[in-house]
Parts: sequence; C-alpha cells; structure tokens
Amino acid sequence: MTDRDLIQSSITVKDLFGGKNALEIYRKMVLVREFEDRVHASFQAGLIQGSTHLCQGQEAVVVGAVAALNADDYLTYTYRGHGTCLARGMSAEAAFAEIFGRKTGVSGGLGGSMHLTDMDLGLLGSFAIVGAGIPVAVGAGISAQARKEGQVAMTFFGDGATNIGAFHESMNLAAAWQLPVIFICENNLYGEYSPILTTTPLEDLVVRSDAYAMDGYMIDGNDVNTVYETVKNCVDKARDKGGPAFIECKTYRQCGHSRSDPAKYRPEGELEQWLQKDPIEMFRKKIIDEQLASAGDMDEIRDEVKDEIEKAATGAADAPWPENTDLTKYTYVIRD
Amino acid sequence: MQTMTYREAIVAAQRDALSRNPDIIIMGEDIGAAGSPFKTTQGLFEEFGGDRVRDTPISENAFVGAALGMAITGYRPIVELMFSDFMGVCFDQIVNNIAKHRFMCGGSVEVPLVIRAMGGGGVRFGAQHSQTGETWLFPFPGLKVYCSATPSDAFHMLRSAVADKNPVVVLEHKGLMASSGEVDVNADSDSHVTGPEILREGEHVTIVASLGMVNRCLEAAEKLNEEGISAEVINIRVLRPLNTGPILESMKKTGSILVVEENHQCGGWGAEVISQMIAEGFDYIETPPRRVTLPDWPMPYSPPLEDAAIPSVDKVVETVRDMV
Repeated sequence: MTDRDLIQSSITVKDLFGGKNALEIYRKMVLVREFEDRVHASFQAGLIQGSTHLCQGQEAVVVGAVAALNADDYLTYTYRGHGTCLARGMSAEAAFAEIFGRKTGVSGGLGGSMHLTDMDLGLLGSFAIVGAGIPVAVGAGISAQARKEGQVAMTFFGDGATNIGAFHESMNLAAAWQLPVIFICENNLYGEYSPILTTTPLEDLVVRSDAYAMDGYMIDGNDVNTVYETVKNCVDKARDKGGPAFIECKTYRQCGHSRSDPAKYRPEGELEQWLQKDPIEMFRKKIIDEQLASAGDMDEIRDEVKDEIEKAATGAADAPWPENTDLTKYTYVIRD
Repeated sequence: MQTMTYREAIVAAQRDALSRNPDIIIMGEDIGAAGSPFKTTQGLFEEFGGDRVRDTPISENAFVGAALGMAITGYRPIVELMFSDFMGVCFDQIVNNIAKHRFMCGGSVEVPLVIRAMGGGGVRFGAQHSQTGETWLFPFPGLKVYCSATPSDAFHMLRSAVADKNPVVVLEHKGLMASSGEVDVNADSDSHVTGPEILREGEHVTIVASLGMVNRCLEAAEKLNEEGISAEVINIRVLRPLNTGPILESMKKTGSILVVEENHQCGGWGAEVISQMIAEGFDYIETPPRRVTLPDWPMPYSPPLEDAAIPSVDKVVETVRDMV
C-alpha cells in the first residue's frame, strides 16, 4: 500500500459540468455500455469472429478523461478501446461495421475489434500488444511540444501494461523531455486472466510515477467527476508546459478478459461488490440527487441510446463485405 | 561530383533533409553534441540545435515507437539505431506497429519515418554488435528496407527515404564508414532505390551482394578476370520491395548465379532471390545456384575466427571457380 489516499472529487456535478454537459457525459457513458453489450450479443449471434475485449464497468474512466481533451489533442489506447473511441465521437455504426469486418468500417474491415482508429478525431491508434501504444503517444507528445500550440497526447493502458518495458521507457522519456503526455492507467484489477497482485508486487501502481519524478494520482476511476476533475487539471498543466502526469484509475472490468473468458477466477462476491459501484448508476444517482434531471429524463436518454445502438448495429450488419482485391495501396503509400 | 566518405555521405543527407524540411527531427543515442559514436551526425547538433537533433535515453522501444507517433502527427523523424542488433530491442515497434499501422487504419494514414541502423561485422564487436539485420526485416509488408553499399547509396538512399511517405529502414555497414567514393549530390535520389544496380558487367556468372559484401565481390571479380572468368556484380540495394528483374536479366545472360550475403544461410534473402530465379528463369540456369553466407554460429570475437566467418574475397573466388 502507498501512503497516498484514493482521490475522490467533492465538487458537485453541477459545478463541475453544468446541467446540460452532465447529461451529455451520462449519455456517452450509456452509449459505451450499450455498445459493448451489443458487441457481446453480436458475438453470440455469430456476427463477430476472432476476439473482442470489452470495457463495461470502466465507462467513467474513458468518458471522463476524454471529456478533458480538446479537438486537436491526440489519443492512443488499447484493444479494450471501443469506449475511448465512442467517447471521442467515433460513429457507432462505423465502429460496429469495423468489428463486423465490413467495408463501411472505420478501417474498411482491415483492422477489426482491436484496431479502431480515426485520425480526424485524433484517435491515433488502438494497439493490440500490451503497452505498445504508449511510446506512440509519447511521439505524439513530441509533435505537440514541437508545434507549440498547446496540444496534449493521452494514452490509455491497463494495469498489466505497467509491467512491460515500453511503459517504463515511455514514462522516463516523457518525464525527461517534459512532454505533454497524460498517462491514464485503467487499473481494473486484472491483467488478462490474472489478478494484478499475483503478477505485481504493488497494489497501488501510482507509486511507479515516483520513479520518473512525474506527477502521480490515484483516483476513484468509477466516479466520473473525479476522473474528469483530475484529468482536466493534469491536461491544463501539460498544455501550459507543466509536463506529463500519471493517473491510476481504480476501476473494475465487469466482464472477462475477452469473449472466451467467463472470468471464473474472480473471488465470490467481488463482481457484486463492484456492481454496487457501477459508474453509470453512481453518476445517475448524483444527477438525480442534485436535481439536474429526473429519473424519467435519464430513462429517456437511455432509450434514445438504445435506439441509436440498434440502428447502428443493424446498419453495420447489413453493410457489404470488403472486396477481396489487391491490398497493396493500404499497405504502402503508392507514388503517383 | 564530390568525393566523400560513406560516413560523410550519411551526415550530408541528413543535413540536406534538416535544411529542406523543418518537420524533420533526428533522434538517437548520443547523436547530439557527441555527434554519434560512428560520427554519423557530426556537426548537426551545432547547426540545427537540440530540438531537431535529439539525444534520447537508451530506450529503443520508446524512441522508435515515438517515431511512429511523430510520423502520424505531422513530423518526419529520422531515428538512428547505433547498432542494427538493437532492432531486436524494438522489434515490436518496427514489425507490429510501424509496418502495419497504415494497413490497420485502412490506409487512412501515412507513416513517413526513417530508421537508420548500423550493422555488420569485421570490426571485432562480437555476437551482439555485428549483425546486419537484413533478414530480420525484409519479410514484412509495410516496410521498405534499403542497404547502402557505397557513399552514393548512403547519400541518395537516405535522401529518398526521408522524402518517402512510407516507413523506410536504411541499413548501413559499420565497416564501410571510412570508405570513400564519388557522390553526385544533384542526382535523382529515387533512382537509387528502384532496385539492383549492376556495378560490373560480365559474361560467365552473376554475383549478387549487399552492404559490405559488394566491395568484396568486386574485388573477387577482378581476381577472376585475371583467370579469364568474367563475373557480373550486382548490388541488390533494396531488399523490400524486392525487384529481381535486373538479376533475372543478368542470369539469363550468364546462366549462373551466386548470392553473397553477410547473414546466416537459413532464412537469408539470397534464398528468396534464388527461388525467384528458379521460378522465373529455370530454363536459363546452367549451373546449380550457390550461396556464400555466414556460418551457422554467432559471430565470434577472436579476430581470426571473425575473419574466417565473414564471406571473403577468396571464398567468393573459389566458389565461382567451382561453378563455371
């Protein structure tokens, strides 16, 4: 254990987001949840082959962190990155189509579930090798620093990635060069199938930032207020040449590692305990308690999102397969 | 035409790139004020400053991966790997990320970056600092892989790579650094990366080589000439995309082919070249194709053992004698 306390925001939803923005945050969290549920169902229905890695339970991290960014900022993320993309504004239908391997997917079906990208949104890359996207974000941070327009790069990764060399090399480089890079560690307690404590001599990964003389925060990652407030402060500081930050978001993966993992290794009662801290339910309760919206308003948003997801998934499932043609032009930039 | 060393050509190409394009940033270990251990960035830090000529930590995974991040966000990095062997440290970034990123993004992104790596034996650096790295990278779609064997190659291949919108790995040879030659800095750089170059014409055998083997094969051809054997010597130049057209044309003329490479025989690029010759030029082959390669053990340190391991002029001469 560290001597650091778990950070929990005490600001009200109203003061942090304002009423209207709060409902938009809520809508995005529900969108991520419904999307992932639909991906799961689509897998069961045979629309998806290979593997998928879902992020139900981690919506507060991705939605809260992405909300702290500007349109010209950069992001790298992981194979569990659908939520990051949706939070950033990727079309749900194009995301489904990519995961279904269709021509209309964000990458024309060449990437798949683990590789959703959209350069126009700064969604630079979803990396399927643990930790591999972290140096890429550092590179985006070098670009941002060189361009001097106040951009930042944000990189998402799991607890397991803090054991890989690329993470440590990237933390060192970002700190040595004082790059505007925000390291978001989604500590969902499991590195693939293994509890983090069986593979790591630390429970609180935040201490790893100390080794790189980098600002480090350990926060309640299921509380979107806390995520947004902490990340926003770090992003603002980085924009202002204040250097990088590491934020450990304590959260929980409500599903298994991938579609073939029923997560039977979880201790009895653990899931139930975390479901009590479901990020969407917690935020909904706060909004209602602060009387920013009624339960009925929130239900309406959920229903709208469900309709949107239904339409997007159906549209994607009806989309054509890519033609089996020469793919060289996607492999190389061919000169005129 | 200017006479310059291979090393000077590498510096000159980078100076040219830095002067022409403000988006170019050079990164690597000890390349700043130190000018790089092989003096391949000498003077650039003083001329262009530390923001554009950056000393990195000893973290190949981080700075090669960062090069990808820079390339897809508007900059054009040139990364120096002090030894080609260090590609092993950042193999994941090169092979899984850099080579495939454009493809996985459905072709929606360009990855204009250059990795320069200095490899090869003969300088007594032992097993972990003597590999060329040629065979490590040439199988992977998405990369371009160049091998510079002369100062002219070193200058123009690097200049062409810097202008390319694809990731290019330029392999250089440590043993060639002090070699000198003519460089026409006004020549068309792209013509150096279209494929193999015939350096010496001949009638009896086609010899294909790369990097440090090219000069040895030219020397061998000279010796063979004294014996009345006329060898055509080809510098392969570009391993990926591999263009074997000129090699096939040469072999059709000579009827026999020898590949000389500073790699192990198993998995060497020579196997691919010969397999293409057999598939496309079988009827022209008069003698069994041959290869001269490193032996099947790591590079030994001891000078006589290292010298014996690297394909020598005499070994090439003997092999050709045996063929014709």
